[in-house]
Amino acid sequence: MLDTLILSRIQFAANISFHILFPTITIALGWLLFYFKLRFDFSQHPVWMRAYRFWVKVFALTFALGVVSGITMSFQFGTNWPGFMETIGNIAGPLLAYEILTAFFLEATMLGIMLFGFHKVPRWAHTLATFLVALGTTFSAFWILVLNSWMQTPAGFEMRDGVVHATDWFAIIFNPSFPYRFMHMLLASALTVCFLVAGISAYRLLRGDNKKAPKLTLKTALFTAAILAPTQALVGDFHGLNTLEHQPQKIAAMEGIWHTEKGAPLVLFAIPDAETQQNRFAIEIPKLASLILTHDPNGELKGLNEFVGEHPPVAPVFYSFRVMVGIGMLMLLVAWWSSIKLVRHKTLTPLHLKLLIGMTFSGWIATLAGWYVTEIGRQPYLVYGLLKTRDAVTTVPSEHVALTLGLYLVLYAVLLVLYIKTLFWLAKRAVEVEEYDLTMPGLPENAPATDKATGASA
Amino acid sequence: MNWLTAEHLALVFGGLTALSILLYAILDGYDLGVGITLPMGNEAWRDTAIASIGPFWDANETWLVLAVGLLLVAFPAAHSAILHALYLPTAMLLIGLILRGVAFDFRAKVKTQRKVYWDYTFKAGSLLATFSQGFMLGIYVMGLQYHTGSIIFACFSGLCVTAAYAMIGNAWLIGKTSGELQLHAIKHCKIAGVLTLSGILAVSLINPMVNANVLQVWTEPPLAYFFAAIPLLCFAMFVIGYLALKRLPLPKDAGAWLPFAICNVIFISSFIGLALSFYPFVVPNQMTLYQAASSRESLLIIFFGAVVVIPVIAAYTAVAYYAFRGKADGLKYY
Ligand code: HDD
Ligand code: HEM
Ligand code: HEM
Repeated sequence: MLDTLILSRIQFAANISFHILFPTITIALGWLLFYFKLRFDFSQHPVWMRAYRFWVKVFALTFALGVVSGITMSFQFGTNWPGFMETIGNIAGPLLAYEILTAFFLEATMLGIMLFGFHKVPRWAHTLATFLVALGTTFSAFWILVLNSWMQTPAGFEMRDGVVHATDWFAIIFNPSFPYRFMHMLLASALTVCFLVAGISAYRLLRGDNKKAPKLTLKTALFTAAILAPTQALVGDFHGLNTLEHQPQKIAAMEGIWHTEKGAPLVLFAIPDAETQQNRFAIEIPKLASLILTHDPNGELKGLNEFVGEHPPVAPVFYSFRVMVGIGMLMLLVAWWSSIKLVRHKTLTPLHLKLLIGMTFSGWIATLAGWYVTEIGRQPYLVYGLLKTRDAVTTVPSEHVALTLGLYLVLYAVLLVLYIKTLFWLAKRAVEVEEYDLTMPGLPENAPATDKATGASA
Repeated sequence: MNWLTAEHLALVFGGLTALSILLYAILDGYDLGVGITLPMGNEAWRDTAIASIGPFWDANETWLVLAVGLLLVAFPAAHSAILHALYLPTAMLLIGLILRGVAFDFRAKVKTQRKVYWDYTFKAGSLLATFSQGFMLGIYVMGLQYHTGSIIFACFSGLCVTAAYAMIGNAWLIGKTSGELQLHAIKHCKIAGVLTLSGILAVSLINPMVNANVLQVWTEPPLAYFFAAIPLLCFAMFVIGYLALKRLPLPKDAGAWLPFAICNVIFISSFIGLALSFYPFVVPNQMTLYQAASSRESLLIIFFGAVVVIPVIAAYTAVAYYAFRGKADGLKYY
């Protein structure tokens, strides 16, 4: 039987991995919906409303899953990690409290108006509610990433009797890794949504949907991705440099550097072997790792041998990092290639559309991989340098943790399958029905009689 | 800020935590209640019933997050002790909340034939969540101990909370609907009311018998007068409520919100009675508010935030309720 520690770790990882899938979508999709709504308000063109109407359904479903899995998260600290709050509660507490007060209530209340209030409130108020929902999700990401970054690079505190006390809230909030992590996560969210929107729109087009809305959303998503993908690579690079400064053993694990060396190669692929402390079957580019991380081809990089007993397991960090960067590069290629083709030919071939459908959830995989790098890379610490994971765990019997873990896993697997199926079902149905009919009640009086761009049926 | 001592802050945060638990019980109570008594025989009724809580349920659940969050940040030791003892029922509560939360959204998006399965899921999830809450309350009242007696009591408490939520849920529907569905809600509100009253009576008898401290608080003047007033007030509310339900519906829908208002008074007074009987303990007979509180500086930071933000939350919540005033009609997504 596995012990309570390992089961609690698996349970936490399962819960947060399930949870983060949905925020990753809602954060950026909220802003995209706000954009659609603004374009509609200013142009009165129904196609924007059709795009809005389709994607707001996806948003509602995603948000619901985000909320319920988030509620599970907020109980986790007490049920599985009592040592966490008892040690750093004085810092984590206010941050979590501010998240609830400034973000959760805002988004949850405004969501009602955004989803159901179109006929009940003035138009500007509906647009405002859409804006506030997007703002709320971003605030929420802000506060939780402050906490997570503080756990990676603690600052602005002192220890008294084994308990952390805050000394400087500005230093706590803007701790060294926070700006990078916040930017990187917002961009990850945006890219995930771009490929989700592109994938679902491509699915509609492939199914013979010749309305204007899916073409428009496809274009919007791919052009945005073409700009954001390189930005993300750049931000990720800065993020890595910052990590080298604060958590060198994490970088050593990510790069598979077992022994301190000058002019370290960039390992494209290998099988890291913890037994023999070396990489097998390595494909490397000489000196590149040193060049990227120290801006000097012969720069010295610290290896794992300097952190015996203090470094994370290498293989999961190493592989996850390659998955993330690999998908990042793939996204860049696909977004540019598709954008160029769209500019030149205005349409994409069915094969190209199929590729985009295949990439619908690529953002999820990259995001999860990125979080695994960050979180597993912090082990054996829970709060870097301050609190070890094993010292924070609960004393609940392992059978109880195993039972709840099993239940959560089954539930999550079922919900994930249903979620994905429902997205494609919504897309399939959208091919046949009109999202926003001009004869529908409650339409603004000055709406144009027909969709000017395409005639009667847009 | 020196007048705001650590003791004051512990009390303030104890009060805030209690307030958010109470608000949660009332607000999510009515929407869980609607879920529990969802009329499975009639799809149109189900649509209306769910539409009546659609814009609110998410914000209602946020009060639970706040309550747990406040307990976590202000009384970390108590939070650990309580959730440690309630590990399994907490997981059941969470699974219930997950099931109903997703069912609510899936039902509106899936193929029509599948909708009814999600409605069953919604109902089952609401029941599981409610029963777990009552069970947790029961174990808490029994001093977080598990033995045959306490488990029987906790199951009983689970049924009582289910009845109470069903009562307030139907009272909400009376205000939010009309016609046959309203009649249906009136009927069920009466039944749930009778069950709730029996539950409250039983709990009031058992609680002082198991908790010596509670017995002392309840019978010692001057608080004893206050504690005598609470059951009287509660009982009077049940009687008035019952008489009102017998007359409803009235022409022009007069008094349709009266049952809901009465349920509120019942919830508030029962809660105050319960909370005061445990004061100053957060973990019954083990840990007081003052022993469990976290550091003064951290509480102050949250306190200032709360003073500024809670009125704002109250304001926009009021706006949302105002926007969706009146009878529930079919919800349309935009
Ligand atoms: C980068 C973003 C991010 C991260 C790392 C997390 N969350 Fe989250 N969370 C959100 C971004 C978010 C969000 C975008 O704000 C959600 C998703 C959908 C929603 O309703 O709000 C949300 C919802 C959400 C809710 C429900 C809020 C409501 O009732 O409206 C809770 C209680 C939590 N989260 C708690 C947590 C905890 C305890 C986490 C860490 C251990 C966590 N979240 C990680
Ligand atoms: C403020 C936010 C977060 C907090 C407080 C937090 C805290 C924790 C804790 C307590 C653990 C358990 C220790 C362990 O399992 O080794 C952990 C591990 C983990 N967390 Fe986070 N985490 C946060 C955000 C995230 C996010 C957003 C993800 C995204 C997927 C994530 C992914 C993981 C994973 C995969 C593990 C398991 C690592 C392992 O087992 O070695 N975490 N984190
Ligand atoms: C293409 C080049 C990329 C580089 C160089 C890069 C770099 C990094 C690094 C170094 C970390 C670890 C930070 C740490 O904990 O110390 C990280 C984490 C992460 N990455 Fe990337 N990344 C890239 C692409 C992506 C893409 C495409 C996504 C998702 C769409 C993504 C999502 C994440 C997430 C969610 C995390 C965890 C949160 C955080 O620590 O910021 N990354 N990335």
